[in-house]
Amino acid sequence: MTRKLPRKDVVIIGLGWTGSILANELTDESLDVVAIERGPWRNTATDFPVSYMQDELRYRIQHELFLQPSQSAVTFRNNTNQTALPVRNWGAFMLGNGVGGAGVHWNAETWRFLPSDFVLKSHVTERYGANFLPADMTIQDWGVTYDDLEPHYDAFEYLCGTSGTAGNLSGKIQDGGNPFEGARSRPYPTPAMKQGYGHTLFGEAAKQLGYKAFPQPSGNLSKGYTNPLGVTLGQCTFCGFCEWFGCANYAKASPQTTILPVLMRKSNFEVRTESEVTRINLDNTGKRATGVTYVDSSGEEFEQPADLVILCGFQLWNVQLLLLSGIGTPYNPQTGEGQIGRNFTHQTMSTALGFFDKDKYNFNPFVSAGSMGVCIDEFNGDNFDHGPLGFVGGGYIGQVQTNGRPIQTTAVPPGTPAWGPKWKQALKDNYLSTINSGGACHGSFQAYRDVYLDLDPTYKDRFGRPLLRLTIDLHDNELKMSAYLTDRWSEILQKMGAKQIVKQPRKGPYDVTQYQTSHLCGGAIMGDNPGNSALNRYLQSWDVPNLFVQGASAFPQNAGYNPTGTVAALAFWSAAAIRSQYLKNPGPLVHA
Amino acid sequence: MLRGGLPWTPGAATPPEAVTPGGWKYFTAQEAATVEAFVERLIPADELSPSGKECGCAVYIDRQLAGPAGRNGGFYMAGPFQKGTKQQGAQSADTLAQQYRKDLAAFDAACRAKYSGKPFAELTNEQKDETIKGLEDGSFKLDGTDPQDFFKLILKDTQTGFLADPIYGGNNDMASWKMIGFPGAHYDYRDWIDKHNQKVTLPTVGIANHPNWAQQ
Amino acid sequence: MRKRLLVLALLAGVASLGVARVAGAEAIDAQKFDQVEKGHYLTVAGDCAACHTAPGSSHDFAGGRVIETPFGKIIAPNITPDRVTGIGAWTDDEFVNAMVKGTGRNGAHLFPAMPYTYYTKVTRDDALAIRAFLNTIPAVHNTVEPDQLPFPLSIRAGMIGWNTLFFTPGAFKPNPDKSAEWNRGAYLAEGLAHCGMCHTSKNFLGGDKTSARYEGYDLQGWFAPNITSDKRIGIGNWSVDELADYLKTGHTQAAAASGLMGDEVDLSTSHLRDEDLKAIATYLKDQSAPSPNQAQSLPSDQPIMKAGAQIYADECAACHKSDGKGEPGLFPALRGAAVVQQADPASLLHVVIRGAQSVSTKPAPTGAAMPAFSWVLTDDQIAAVVTYIRNAWGNAASAVVASEAGKARASLAERND
Repeated sequence: MTRKLPRKDVVIIGLGWTGSILANELTDESLDVVAIERGPWRNTATDFPVSYMQDELRYRIQHELFLQPSQSAVTFRNNTNQTALPVRNWGAFMLGNGVGGAGVHWNAETWRFLPSDFVLKSHVTERYGANFLPADMTIQDWGVTYDDLEPHYDAFEYLCGTSGTAGNLSGKIQDGGNPFEGARSRPYPTPAMKQGYGHTLFGEAAKQLGYKAFPQPSGNLSKGYTNPLGVTLGQCTFCGFCEWFGCANYAKASPQTTILPVLMRKSNFEVRTESEVTRINLDNTGKRATGVTYVDSSGEEFEQPADLVILCGFQLWNVQLLLLSGIGTPYNPQTGEGQIGRNFTHQTMSTALGFFDKDKYNFNPFVSAGSMGVCIDEFNGDNFDHGPLGFVGGGYIGQVQTNGRPIQTTAVPPGTPAWGPKWKQALKDNYLSTINSGGACHGSFQAYRDVYLDLDPTYKDRFGRPLLRLTIDLHDNELKMSAYLTDRWSEILQKMGAKQIVKQPRKGPYDVTQYQTSHLCGGAIMGDNPGNSALNRYLQSWDVPNLFVQGASAFPQNAGYNPTGTVAALAFWSAAAIRSQYLKNPGPLVHA
Repeated sequence: MLRGGLPWTPGAATPPEAVTPGGWKYFTAQEAATVEAFVERLIPADELSPSGKECGCAVYIDRQLAGPAGRNGGFYMAGPFQKGTKQQGAQSADTLAQQYRKDLAAFDAACRAKYSGKPFAELTNEQKDETIKGLEDGSFKLDGTDPQDFFKLILKDTQTGFLADPIYGGNNDMASWKMIGFPGAHYDYRDWIDKHNQKVTLPTVGIANHPNWAQQ
Repeated sequence: MRKRLLVLALLAGVASLGVARVAGAEAIDAQKFDQVEKGHYLTVAGDCAACHTAPGSSHDFAGGRVIETPFGKIIAPNITPDRVTGIGAWTDDEFVNAMVKGTGRNGAHLFPAMPYTYYTKVTRDDALAIRAFLNTIPAVHNTVEPDQLPFPLSIRAGMIGWNTLFFTPGAFKPNPDKSAEWNRGAYLAEGLAHCGMCHTSKNFLGGDKTSARYEGYDLQGWFAPNITSDKRIGIGNWSVDELADYLKTGHTQAAAASGLMGDEVDLSTSHLRDEDLKAIATYLKDQSAPSPNQAQSLPSDQPIMKAGAQIYADECAACHKSDGKGEPGLFPALRGAAVVQQADPASLLHVVIRGAQSVSTKPAPTGAAMPAFSWVLTDDQIAAVVTYIRNAWGNAASAVVASEAGKARASLAERND
């Protein structure tokens, strides 16, 4: 028996970053908004307290704050010749859960994409010719430009209090910032983070090599900050327990520390936690969403009717819910037709370990923060000439080491025995004097015809619904790029004074057990017509105009930056379109 | 349904339950003897630290296997189970605790077969090290289980317990942290961020281990 | 969750007779919007809903909240216009007398959980305005259970003798030597806002201890702090604006309202007009401290201070900072903070043991919370860190011993608010 609830103006599926942003914007229009969240409520003082949050085993190794695969898993294969098998325990990516979503556990690296990233296909084609791209690469322009998004990037940075040094203020290049960034209308709201010894050495070495080093833009704040909503954040204390952890002292921008205190005060908002949306309901035309069906923790099923449905889940779950609800046409890799599941991408990560003389270098790796670090952007996007290199894309390179947590940050030089007294000695000799920057080369991931998402024919979730199937492998373009970036990073490590460098470029096949960021993108992409995209430039479904789909599922391909800044900017952009256009005249905002 | 302000409950906290040594929660006495002897060779006592056994690594593994980790809590455990590629990750229908039981039985049988009925714990240190090396390179065969997989499993769990917070039982006296120079569960290094290339002199602490709090 | 229990004073005692006679008065006109609007404001100023609305109830003023007293429980009555179970059938005079004289319908005596000892200062016009507002709210049929006081405390007539001892009836009389603002503040603070109900300690019979006016009072697991002009433990170092701002937002650099004061700010003071808050602040700032307070800091080399410093560094400094200066608007400063130096450490123990959520208001919505530390700190350690906080950075207050921490831990464990 499904209980039908009273109608709401808006139902939001998932209360992470985008759900919180949309809910706050739409409640400001006096709409009655309900958010339905699969996971629990999460509060700083009671869920991430200072007295036990510094627990690598519980939160990093055993994934306490994350969605459990027993609740919802995916299957994975490298190509269509293989049988996809369930990802029984997370490895390659970590999926947030609960109020705040991935905004709870992120490192808070708060980047903007380059202007050229949004027009990638036309930009690359124009500069290098149409034949430069591999035949199976399916990259495309976004349908939205950097200039469209600039005010919304700004809104997110001022919401978060992002700490950084501007590199391009209204077209004027600034000393100490990233000279390659798109023009920003104002400086960062708070000054850049202080840096550790290794991060500082990186900056000096990079400058000696002729690069323009700059501090990574950080949502761990350099000082206390009160945002435009009146919510106050604290100062980062460099505890070194950031990514995978909630922040105990309100110093990391998250829905909890920026929006929820205001949102939760509003009488026209409520959230139902531990309630999982099982489908988006359509009327008999299939062109209009009537609301959602969800199941609460007791197993009771509810129908929540609503005029406007906003899908704010994580990328994978957005795509799965569209497929399960019969919205749009599933992608067919043989014909290249269909939009749902197409252009699935990830992030191409690589690094090199740098071992330094223990008698001269003490990096204190545990004195660190999720998004401190010093970077260069010479090898990102199309900031360099790809002509002779034979690949497209790039990434930022940086000493962005976030922690010295000992279970995972005790690298030893090659040749060290895996156990016994020599292992112990190597551990002791290298812990404090190794640069172990997991995200040193943070590379883009282009879209390909044979990398996609669909529903698994065999494996089911706890409701009996098909799991989402990931078909993904690394292509030569990414492997070449990764090798190139890793070499550049290694040169800087050399300049920093490393006595031994161990390069770890990304290698295929794609391995679902190896962590390579949680930046999964695509599958319900935005574009300028229904023939190349699931969503229009306002993230509105081409097929069901009273459905908007937020998040990185809209990225046509992934750039060489962390995605959250762009995810949030798109959310503000989409919310602005709903507020200024859709509510006045509900219907398609772009006519196909 | 939550509305009308941030929900909050006084006194709410879900700290980890501290492991107390003594007895075995999952291992049989014989399994425990094997694992204790094993972790003592993986992490031998020397001037850098006490041994893995003294640090509690076997206790750590035992308590993990007796808890949610041993039951593969949170994992997707629905069938069908079939062997996949290395890139697809573990696909066993066995839980971690069941895997250990099988592996330890096969290991015990192989040791007794090779060393005239002696279990691993009764071998000389040289014999123990030779056996472990045989597992590591795959030459010490086990019936029905991959020796290298078993070696990797017990090595990973031993080192994890050794380097984890002492509350979990495998890092007694924070021995590993003191060895490598990790000051532990602090939450505020603002006074240290500008002190580049200097040794941090804070006392070593765990989330529930604070020798520095004693009144003297 | 807005749960608020007011302390009250009680007495069973001398009986005497006497039914107050009430003068007839002007009628309430439900059409008078001005009067209703004013009454609504005054109802908020008096924080009537705090007691007369049951926790979690959507029926405002329908009664049912249990009010804890040292002598037993009292249930706040239904004050909606329901004629049977509320006050709909009461005459205006009966209503005014309940407020200003502590007499219920037909002259029965109220227990001073109802702060009529303060409300007596309220003018008849204002009381009628409150009645006018209450007449406009939905009538809710809700029979409130009788009081659960044991005999002989249940004899309401006993209040007559108590009143003789501790109750000075009479409307507020302005002090001609003071400014209009001061007098407005005095009228509110001593009347509807009933600050002394919590901030003045009570004698053994539950009456206000007039010799210790505004010097703080231990109630409901908290210590409502000293609000005299003492510079160390009172509000002597607060400016008028700072105090008014605190009442408006719940936050200043050195204080974050939580617990009972958090509820007070949430339900009452944050809704008051800025000029009224400034008036209250002006008046309170002019309440002299009884005697200079000469506490000395404990030496930092004492073992308890050294242990406390280590605990502070590990558990507290990440928010309140190693120099105790906190983070404005988020983590209250402890350095120089009056609330941590009170003679009675109950509030400090309370927040360390079970945590606390600071109030979220429109101008200061953050509502940051402090986690509970009872799981990790022993009684000795709680005593050490609290003693350290009370004596570090120039703070000075008595040391706290482990048995006090243990007592607080045990009694807080019993609380469900």
